[in-house]
Amino acid sequence: MNTADTLAMAGQAIARNKLRSFLTTLGIIIGVASVIAMVHLGQSATKSVEQQFANIGSNLLFVMPGVSQHGPSALRVSAEPFEMEDVAAIRREVPGILVAPAVSRNETVVFGNANQSIRVEGSTNEYFTVRNHPVERGREFEEAELSSGAAVCVVGDTVVEEMYLNTEPLGSNLRVGRTACRVIGVLEQRGLSMGQDRDDVIVMPIKAVQRRLAGNLDVNTVYISALQDGTSSRVRSEVESLLRQRRRIAPDEEDDFYVRDTQDIMDALSETTATMTLLLGGIAAVSLLVGGIGIMNIMLVSVTERTREIGIRLAIGARSRDVLQQFLVESVVLATLGGVIGVLIGMAGTWLMTEQFNMPFVASPGVIVLGFTFSMTIGVVFGYFPARKAAHLNPIDALRHE
Amino acid sequence: MRGIYKLYGQGAAEVRALDGIDLDITAGEFVAVMGPSGSGKSTCMNILGCLDVPSAGEYLFRGVDVASLDRDELALLRRKFMGFVFQSFNLLPRTSALANVELPLIYENVSRKRRKRLALDALRLVGLEDRADARPNQLSGGQQQRVAIARALVTEPPFLLADEPTGNLDTRTADEIMHRLVELRNERDLTIVMVTHEPDIAMYAERVLFFVDGRIQRDGPPAEVLT
Ligand SMILES: Nc1ncnc2c1ncn2[C@@H]1O[C@H](COP(=O)(O)OP(=O)(O)OP(=O)(O)O)[C@@H](O)[C@H]1O
Ligand SMILES: [Mg+2]
Repeated sequence: MNTADTLAMAGQAIARNKLRSFLTTLGIIIGVASVIAMVHLGQSATKSVEQQFANIGSNLLFVMPGVSQHGPSALRVSAEPFEMEDVAAIRREVPGILVAPAVSRNETVVFGNANQSIRVEGSTNEYFTVRNHPVERGREFEEAELSSGAAVCVVGDTVVEEMYLNTEPLGSNLRVGRTACRVIGVLEQRGLSMGQDRDDVIVMPIKAVQRRLAGNLDVNTVYISALQDGTSSRVRSEVESLLRQRRRIAPDEEDDFYVRDTQDIMDALSETTATMTLLLGGIAAVSLLVGGIGIMNIMLVSVTERTREIGIRLAIGARSRDVLQQFLVESVVLATLGGVIGVLIGMAGTWLMTEQFNMPFVASPGVIVLGFTFSMTIGVVFGYFPARKAAHLNPIDALRHE
Repeated sequence: MRGIYKLYGQGAAEVRALDGIDLDITAGEFVAVMGPSGSGKSTCMNILGCLDVPSAGEYLFRGVDVASLDRDELALLRRKFMGFVFQSFNLLPRTSALANVELPLIYENVSRKRRKRLALDALRLVGLEDRADARPNQLSGGQQQRVAIARALVTEPPFLLADEPTGNLDTRTADEIMHRLVELRNERDLTIVMVTHEPDIAMYAERVLFFVDGRIQRDGPPAEVLT
């Protein structure tokens, strides 16, 4: 009996009872689909986290006044803001870093008929490097503009899109709060990061924001980037002790500011996604096993049902191994079909979810091949016992079977 | 065949389906097997066809002791030398007549094309080539039996075993089938062993075995045995 004939026979047996074949493979389909989707979504989540951090800038420290209550977005107890002197001290005393002080406010921005509330960051030229958000067209601030607090600004891509409606932004005047402000540059496009549109921003010299918009000389965030990889924890501790000293915090008191390191957050997030992937992948694998048991069950029923057929085949000269092969191939074909459909559904699910949540779509050939091999193996393992049962039937008993 | 016994059950429930059968069948013979119900005819046929093994006794097929063969060798022997026609047709359901006839050839590894041609030839032999695509449930009893005969003959075996092939058929169809069998036997030098209840059918044979209670009571030409 050759392979083509065996496959054709299996195909006929499966096609003869389409609904049942489908229900039999449903377990495999669901199992493979969920394994594929879970593992891919896990990879996608990890990749998305990595991308977002690469985008924000690695080795980046955020220093903010207040008491951190787990995580950057948690409730903060308000505390004294920093002063420009603090920034100068950090710059002076901590080597190997770039420092960008910032004042961040939401202001109503008007241009022509357009009117929107936009985040305005007052900072220095270091901001563009430290935040990994360079000027694409136009220029950065000039020394004179920074020291005098001139009303000039660099705008993000979203601002251009929403406020300028296709006209040339460079050189035009925006109304930011109470000030008219000349546009001197446009930032490179950055997209979404951690749920925030990084292009929806206007950057002005820090002095301009302090004097014209805020009305004080406070600094509410200091962005620091360690120039060398792997030095961010050293920088962090140096900045911490320097600030404690400057803010006169007694040794037994807690910090009234906090420092966040992007590496910390990234590590924590990757660890979480890895654990989740493992957990969900495990659950999915169990469902695949259940699918295999489903196949075994139906194949056993099928062998009993087709005992007479087996008897006929044996009587006309089929060897045990022909019958074994027939039933084994049938279950492997069933399982593999389930695997194929499962992979397709799993990939479609991954695609839908990544579209929905704005995550990068990943297709890992390794995982797909694993899904196939796993379902085929399940077909062999769970099909073997029923097939053996069929092959060892006594021809005359099988023929007499009612 | 020497001293063949076949026992079913144990102790008080023991049934001696075959109780010491001695039988020689020469190549080319046409033997009819008769006897009352439960006399062991089918049991004897199954042993002759190597579908079943005797509880005791020796069966030589072409000089080979069948008891010395393993499962796969028996399967090979059935495939190469035997054709079966069962009392209850035993066709694969939901499978076309053609595919049913092709079945033994699949196990012989005959190519698809040749298989189809041989199967069509066999169906032509029983006058059913125009019903090749019909499934068993679309065929009458007589037609199904003819498909079964075609399947038994498609590998051109030297030995045809038929258990009441005409049992479910009207006399006219039965006669038709018997004519075919006799023709075939003359063409191919077939050995035929056939169980039947009807003396008319047994008349086609040249030798009749009459079974009673697992023994051969009478053995001889139909004219003798049936009187
Ligand atoms: N599998 C079995 N288990 C137990 N007893 C059996 C079995 N097969 C047959 N027998 C018994 O063996 C005896 C012979 O049966 P067999 O089928 O050979 O009869 P038969 O001559 O073919 O009868 P019929 O003309 O009705 O087909 C019967 O008494 C039957 O009850
Ligand atoms: Mg019988």
